[in-house]
Amino acid sequence: MVRKAGLFDLRLVIAMLFAVYGVVLVVVGLGFTDEADLARADGLNINLWTGVGMLVLAALFALWAFLRPVVVPDEVDGDLKAGDQV
Amino acid sequence: MPVLAQADLRLDAGPLDYALLAVYFVFVLGIGFLARRSVSSSLDFLLSGRSLPAWVTGLAFISANLGAIELLGMAANGAQYGMATVHYYWIGAIPAMVFLGLVMMPFYYGSKVRSVPEFLRRRFGTGAHLVNALSFAAAQVLIAGVNLYALAFLLNLMLGWPIPFSVVIAAAIVLTYTALGGLSAAIYNEVLQFFVIVAALLPLTIVGLHKVGGWQGLVDKVTAGPGGAEQLSAWPATELTGIQNPVLSVIGIVFGLGFVLSFGYWTTNFAEVQRALSAKSMSAARRTPIIGAYPKALIPFVIIIPGIIAAVVVPELAALKAGDGSAGVVYNNALPALIGELLPNGMLGIAITGLLASFMAGVAANVSSFNTVFTYDLWQDYVRKDRPDEYYLRVGRLATIGGTLVAIGTAFLAAGYGNIMDYIQALFSFFNAPLFATFILGMFWKRMSAAAGWTGLVAGTLAAVVVFVLAETGAVDLPGQGASFVGAGAAFVVDIVVSVAVTMWTRPVPEERLVGLVWSMTPKENRRHSTTGEDAGWYRSPALLGIGVLVLTVVLNIVFG
Repeated sequence: MVRKAGLFDLRLVIAMLFAVYGVVLVVVGLGFTDEADLARADGLNINLWTGVGMLVLAALFALWAFLRPVVVPDEVDGDLKAGDQV
Repeated sequence: MPVLAQADLRLDAGPLDYALLAVYFVFVLGIGFLARRSVSSSLDFLLSGRSLPAWVTGLAFISANLGAIELLGMAANGAQYGMATVHYYWIGAIPAMVFLGLVMMPFYYGSKVRSVPEFLRRRFGTGAHLVNALSFAAAQVLIAGVNLYALAFLLNLMLGWPIPFSVVIAAAIVLTYTALGGLSAAIYNEVLQFFVIVAALLPLTIVGLHKVGGWQGLVDKVTAGPGGAEQLSAWPATELTGIQNPVLSVIGIVFGLGFVLSFGYWTTNFAEVQRALSAKSMSAARRTPIIGAYPKALIPFVIIIPGIIAAVVVPELAALKAGDGSAGVVYNNALPALIGELLPNGMLGIAITGLLASFMAGVAANVSSFNTVFTYDLWQDYVRKDRPDEYYLRVGRLATIGGTLVAIGTAFLAAGYGNIMDYIQALFSFFNAPLFATFILGMFWKRMSAAAGWTGLVAGTLAAVVVFVLAETGAVDLPGQGASFVGAGAAFVVDIVVSVAVTMWTRPVPEERLVGLVWSMTPKENRRHSTTGEDAGWYRSPALLGIGVLVLTVVLNIVFG
């Protein structure tokens, strides 16, 4: 049974979502965090640190997708590539 | 279910938080549109064309169960009972998931059935098939409705959105991506949801632990609190089971929760098994529940611990635990209350997205398993046979729409009569309870007859009903979760006894029909999985992975027991 091996690469979708979230949270954490926000999270700049964590996650998924690309059988038309989403 | 008083849980979500939520919806719908391009047959739509890699199906396997009722309920149990709640994960899931992968999956995947009811049809014929297909299909749409209502209720509480608005919006989003991309879209979104849920809960746990002074601070505060130090150890969980004798309590947990309830749920619930059936090879299918078991073993740390922290940090919850419920807060509010207490804008948006994601994961799992059973097991078997495949693809899409509409109706019904939700859930636990007994007998005992298949299921279900009624009316005194453990145990035993008795008096199924379905009738090579190509490598061995997660679970029990 020969099937389409990859619809599109889910790993890149995950990487993209967390890249967007990570950048937003890092910017908010660095530039738009006041004393009240810090006090609420017990002194932790949680936006910044979560943002950094998300960027690392995004990078890991992107790296994985880059190192081990999905093998698409020849007979599948090539228009279903990762990256053409949203 | 959360029937909540007027506690103020309103979060001060700002434009940033809504923007983060909107980004997520764009991704979710985008996956639906992209997945649509790969749907060209009913098998593509309803079983992802059996093409997915094991890490995807494995994460979807636990994500499908990580609905928000589960999330909120387990955090609530954490707040109320403490560490004993981990039993729902360690005893109540891991062994069953490993068993499904190692022992049962060769029959499910190897026989090429397209659903769990279809396995029953081939093993036992029409009687057992109809009982299971009908009860499962009905359960999934009604539970989807319960999920929708719970989602809308929470959004109303946290963000002030009107309930009908939330029900319709959430249903429309789930419907859009499942009707477009079928199971692939549902599964891909479940994987995405898994990471978003973790991204919401992990920072919450870290901030919470920081707030209470680290792990030691939490230990001190809980020990000094109304629950006492007992709440920090998982065993013997007398408070959770409602069984006073510690030895009986442990037996109740191990057999009731660990054996009957959990094996029944994880190994026969098609909403779960479907994820494994969509895997691309026998090896990947066997690894699906086992790969899922690893995050399942670890995720209580970001669900239950926030619950425990909430009972310490949130003043209203601490008061409730000390016996003063006047603030109107209930344990089910533990997670949203902690989110409101600790997270600033930004993380708040991620947390709201995580809760929403988990609700939609639950609803999508219900809908995408309903449409498969409806199309293949009800429509194709009993209504319109032998049509071309495009016909069934269309039926699958229409069933998705119809199922979602029924779910919306159920949600509005639940909004009108709060207790209906409790009864719906109780009702379907009755059908679930005896299933594992019938499956395990059917897979390993070739003599078991067709009549034994359906009579065992019916008798087991009735036994669960009897225990439920006895406990509800107070004839048997079982507080806590004890009643559901005992009910499931009774269903299991009665199912076995009736199945064996009926088999003695009825004719067995002809042996040639049992190839691939019963252990002794299946050639060894049919039960094997390939170990070459993308299934090669010691780290892809289902047995090794299974042993690994069992060892991990034992270690966790020793450390946190």
